[in-house]
Amino acid sequence: MANPLKCDLCTKPATVHLTQIVNNKVHKVDLCEECAQAKGVTDPSGFSLADLLLKASLNPEPAAAGVRCEQCGFTQNDFKKQGRFGCPACYDTFSAIIEPMLDTMHKGTAHTGKVPQKALARKSLYDRLTKLETDLTEAIKSERYEDAARTRDEINQVKHTFGQKPPR
Amino acid sequence: MTISSLIDTPSELTDAASSKTAIVLMTRVRLARNLTGNSFPGWAKPAQREEVLAICREAVAASAPMKRSLSINIDELTDLEKQILVERHLISRELSGAKSGAGVVISRDQAFSVMINEEDHLRIQVLRSGFQLKKTWTAINELDTALEDRLDYAFSPTLGYLTACPTNLGTGMRASAMMHLPALVIASQMEKVVRAVNQLGMVVRGLFGEGSDASGSIFQISNQTTLGESEEGIIKRLGSVLNSIIEHELNARQKLLEADANKIFDKIGRAFGILQNGHVLSSSEAMNLLSLIRLGVDLGVFPDANRCVIDRLLIEAQPGHLQHAQRGEFEPGQRDLLRAMRLRGEFANFTKPNFTLSSDGPN
Repeated sequence: MANPLKCDLCTKPATVHLTQIVNNKVHKVDLCEECAQAKGVTDPSGFSLADLLLKASLNPEPAAAGVRCEQCGFTQNDFKKQGRFGCPACYDTFSAIIEPMLDTMHKGTAHTGKVPQKALARKSLYDRLTKLETDLTEAIKSERYEDAARTRDEINQVKHTFGQKPPR
Repeated sequence: MTISSLIDTPSELTDAASSKTAIVLMTRVRLARNLTGNSFPGWAKPAQREEVLAICREAVAASAPMKRSLSINIDELTDLEKQILVERHLISRELSGAKSGAGVVISRDQAFSVMINEEDHLRIQVLRSGFQLKKTWTAINELDTALEDRLDYAFSPTLGYLTACPTNLGTGMRASAMMHLPALVIASQMEKVVRAVNQLGMVVRGLFGEGSDASGSIFQISNQTTLGESEEGIIKRLGSVLNSIIEHELNARQKLLEADANKIFDKIGRAFGILQNGHVLSSSEAMNLLSLIRLGVDLGVFPDANRCVIDRLLIEAQPGHLQHAQRGEFEPGQRDLLRAMRLRGEFANFTKPNFTLSSDGPN
């Protein structure tokens, strides 16, 4: 690495480097002397790396702290206060702080259980319909009437697949 | 169905209690689900909450298990009604404290309940008496699949079902069993059990979940993590942990009997005496006494058929149920008198303890 390591909690150069192995996973933390003192790293018995990792991931670089969820307006500061997210889209917005948390929080980091097949199938049809409708508008605007006719047929087909249920 | 008729209807918990495995009182599975494109309840504006509530209430009430169910907004319930639902484990304390834009749908037999706008848009729950993890999972899985027909769940292929709190990501499932572990408590082994269970990725809590005490030696054991393991995997692992706790409890009972049977029988006999004759009983003391009588049933001091009476009383001795039965609201001091009176009545005609019947009983 070209730059000297920075402290995970503030931005000063890190002088204390710590490695802990939990459940066969290696966790590394780099701290400056002051943060190391403050977190009790010098006293190994009273110190949990898991706690620190979680906190480190909640105190990211100042540049990332201004991120706001486009869908619901939630910020990282809100998460610090509440410990819960604002909406499902927050998991995309804040993936950088969520990923390191999951490692210590769960058994794995990838879902292996039930999948809502019906809801997903409905969503993919709906997404396709939205795209086709955009295509249709484009085609009409640029006077490609053959394309427009074909797109309209496809739209009717997709709508037919929805059956009685109107798309939401 | 109305709330008052629901309260007076026999419930899965109080009347179907056929606990064949005496140690597990009930099994519960809950799933956390959210609607895509909507803020989670804790962050949503009041109008959004109302909208989600209306959509969910309609979808849930239309599902097969919810025929002739109770579907109600939380602000339509009195404090006492909410307390009764909490005591029956049909709503959480958190939901009972919600001001507006929250609701619940409860099936007639009170085995299914769906909380709306608690921490997540939907908290689906199925509850069965006894040790029935697989059956409970099958039932809740079916209800969840049926709801999927009408509701667009927030789901990510990598993170699974998306929940307000990242600790519920993935399956969004918490499976739990309520266990009666008096011998492990008497033998001061619970701390050791809690530590061992934690190491296996399971959590031990008191009767009413997080932060509640374990009066009556009743504990809730559930999975801690939800991501990285399938529902069936979690159920299977929890099942084997529960079986090993059952084994430890049975061993502890055997050891207590071998070491000093009189000590145990003395506890049971005294509990019986107080229940028959006491005049002031707090909720927690009543729980502890009933717990000892239940242990007595398991040891053969009382007939097996009395176990379901105790299981019913464990719920009816609680403040909400007690006040409902007396048709009024009472101060805690008055409640303790009423509770003792109620239990005196129940135990006046209770089968007398028979200490000689038990295999290792005193001479």
